[in-house]
Amino acid sequence: MKLITAIVKPFKLDDVREALSDMGVSGVTVTEVKGFGRQKGHTELYRGAEYVVDFLPKAKVEVAVADQLVGQAVEAITKAANTGKIGDGKIFVTNLEQVVRIRTGETGDEAL
Amino acid sequence: MKHFLNIFILIALLGFAGFTFAEPTATAATVTPTVEKGDTAWMIMATVLVILMVIPGLALFYGGMVRAKNMLSVLMQVFVIFSMMAVLWAIYGYSIAFTEGNAFFGGFSKLFLIGITPESLAATFSKGIYVPEYIYVAFQLTFAGITPALIIGAFAERVKFSAILVFMLIWFTFAYLPMAHMVWFWAGPDAYTDAKAAETAGATAGFLFQKGALDFAGGTVVHINAGIAGLIGCLLVGKRIGFNKESLAPHSVTLTMVGASLLWVGWFGFNVGSNLEANGLAALVFVNTLLASAAATLAWTAAEWIVRGKPSMLGGASGAIAGLVAITPACGWSGPMGAIILGIVAGAACFGAVTSLKSMLGYDDSLDAFGVHGIGGIIGALGTAIVASPSLGGTGVWDYVANGVAEYSMSTQFISQLWGVMVCIIWSGTVSFIAFKFVDIMIGLRVTEESERVGLDISEHGETAYHV
Repeated sequence: MKLITAIVKPFKLDDVREALSDMGVSGVTVTEVKGFGRQKGHTELYRGAEYVVDFLPKAKVEVAVADQLVGQAVEAITKAANTGKIGDGKIFVTNLEQVVRIRTGETGDEAL
Repeated sequence: MKHFLNIFILIALLGFAGFTFAEPTATAATVTPTVEKGDTAWMIMATVLVILMVIPGLALFYGGMVRAKNMLSVLMQVFVIFSMMAVLWAIYGYSIAFTEGNAFFGGFSKLFLIGITPESLAATFSKGIYVPEYIYVAFQLTFAGITPALIIGAFAERVKFSAILVFMLIWFTFAYLPMAHMVWFWAGPDAYTDAKAAETAGATAGFLFQKGALDFAGGTVVHINAGIAGLIGCLLVGKRIGFNKESLAPHSVTLTMVGASLLWVGWFGFNVGSNLEANGLAALVFVNTLLASAAATLAWTAAEWIVRGKPSMLGGASGAIAGLVAITPACGWSGPMGAIILGIVAGAACFGAVTSLKSMLGYDDSLDAFGVHGIGGIIGALGTAIVASPSLGGTGVWDYVANGVAEYSMSTQFISQLWGVMVCIIWSGTVSFIAFKFVDIMIGLRVTEESERVGLDISEHGETAYHV
């Protein structure tokens, strides 16, 4: 099992969710996050004061999938979240040791 | 501390030494005073509109510009200052501002509004036309209420609530009341029956009224007065923690726009109400107020767009207020085109003041009380001499003895305006400096660093503006 963590542009969130459901992923966790990468922040001007906003808002999507679905899921997210412009985000894939469904106590792939 | 107290008492005594208890000059026997229901109804409306400017107009305009953690402190300061001034106005403010005394302070004859009845009358600017004195008291009360509230914008987000209230009590008594008396107190048009009577009546008027300084709705009394007090305040209080280092961005430009719009709408009560009658001149004042603020909005927006690359909502709202400030002293004498010109100049100049002058001089006027009200007020007061000229479409100045428009000299009028501006700057500056120092010694102006970091809402008022 793998945990896929994708940082995407907030307005691409719906597309990502749809692409994942279409390939059979039954659940994701979404968090509103802020951060910086290659996409630079922007400057805000309030009368005489200039403030540089370094941290830009992004959506963090976390999804756990079975090993054989990882490639497909990563591809789905990449396709859905791509705008071709800087700041589209990143996808991290990590090993997942255990998954438990709380209601039934099922573990592993069964719990996904 | 004792030393300061002594100076303070000395100044108080000097100021009040010239008080007399004389009743205002009785109206000339030949004129039958008339009270029009239309005028009265309009003055009631106008008074309500000025109240709307303060609560919630000014409170939201300022509140939107502070960080969320200080929102309630600003709302509360405006709310309580207005209430405090209202009560002080009835106790002694009205009497000191609008009864006969010396050229700087009025008398005590109407303390506690004594002697005023529903039948009492207040003069307007037309011979024989009067309004009920109670509504005149209330209308002027709103001016006394908004002016001190304007000052808090200069040192928002860092001053103790108690310190602000004590400062306002002193400032209202020794800066607002004498300025109002100096600029606006006169015996009324009916006293000007002939040259000799005019001379006698003129001698009882306020100092700047005698100097011929024109201020229709409070360019000096309200805006320069508050602007200078704000400048002195932010210089003495010092910068906010994190000024020029951390983001001190407004928490809601949306609320600022709502506040600015309420101010704009309420300003028709402020300026047009200052005409005291619902007549043709009132209509001119209305048009001037509308055009100057619109022109200033465009000017600020254009200047910002050119200089900074983007036209901001905060800039648009600030421009409208700058235009309203600048037209305030001129609105009864300017023509519509003069109002547009005045608005354009004020919008562009105030933009320069808050974006360049402030950073050049390095003071932290948090919400630009000086940059908008001080600078805009000075431009308006001096500009009045230009736009009032009949040769430039202005109305000129009425001669109540000849009952016609007097011959107009722009340079003479400019000198008169300069008197108004300079006296206001020096008077307000001096009173403000002493009052801030006094309060600083007595209770301290600034909150602790910890309180400032936590925000004034929690540290001073024990509540938070938003629960999300």
